Amino acid sequence: MLASTATRGLAVAIEVRIPTILRPHTGGEKSVEGKGETLADLLDDLESRHGGLKARLVTDGALARFVNVYVNDEDVRFMGGMQAPLKDGDSVTVLPAVAGG
Amino acid sequence: MLEISRDAYDAVVAHARRDHPDEACGMLARSGSGEVRVIEMMNTARSPTFYEMDSLEVLRVMRELDDRDEALYAIYHSHTATEAYPSRTDISIAGYPEAHYVLVSTRSPDEVEFRSFRIVDGVVEEEPVSVGG
Repeated sequence: MLASTATRGLAVAIEVRIPTILRPHTGGEKSVEGKGETLADLLDDLESRHGGLKARLVTDGALARFVNVYVNDEDVRFMGGMQAPLKDGDSVTVLPAVAGG
Repeated sequence: MLEISRDAYDAVVAHARRDHPDEACGMLARSGSGEVRVIEMMNTARSPTFYEMDSLEVLRVMRELDDRDEALYAIYHSHTATEAYPSRTDISIAGYPEAHYVLVSTRSPDEVEFRSFRIVDGVVEEEPVSVGG
């Protein structure tokens, strides 16, 4: 039982790919690991080790307008936004929107 | 400096002309050997004053670049009534400090305006454009 809990504990790690512009918040790392059952949880978890990251991604509790976050191949805006559910082994990618005037 | 082949340069200008009066947008990918490839993207805003790439199309292209061992070299878009210089909106949204930002203006049907910039931390720096053979 203990062993299985420990195994599950390790497996909840979610890989998060960080774009160049946000790497100052991850010590230059291109990808970091976090955990959480929703995107909101994951961002809180990441913030505990990578201070300042969340403020770049979230505005007034919602995903910032010009930031795109994907779970595997899906845009989280089609999955409930900050409440998008995450599961073991998911891969999360953060990309700045490509937009302008 | 932005280094681009004549073919790629012409393709970007042709895309901008074709989508006029709406803004056109796309990316330039660059291989390890320096070859630049034009990737036309959809402007989901379909607007003469704004562009936004489709988020899923961007993800697909980024994965494709990885698979092909290419890097994102530049992000291009057109201005259809103003000069080929980053607007305040362009500067505030610019999220790729590693890329060149190419602006093409189609305000004149005869004259080509094609300029390249770096946009880092809200600071715009123009750079030379070298068009190869």
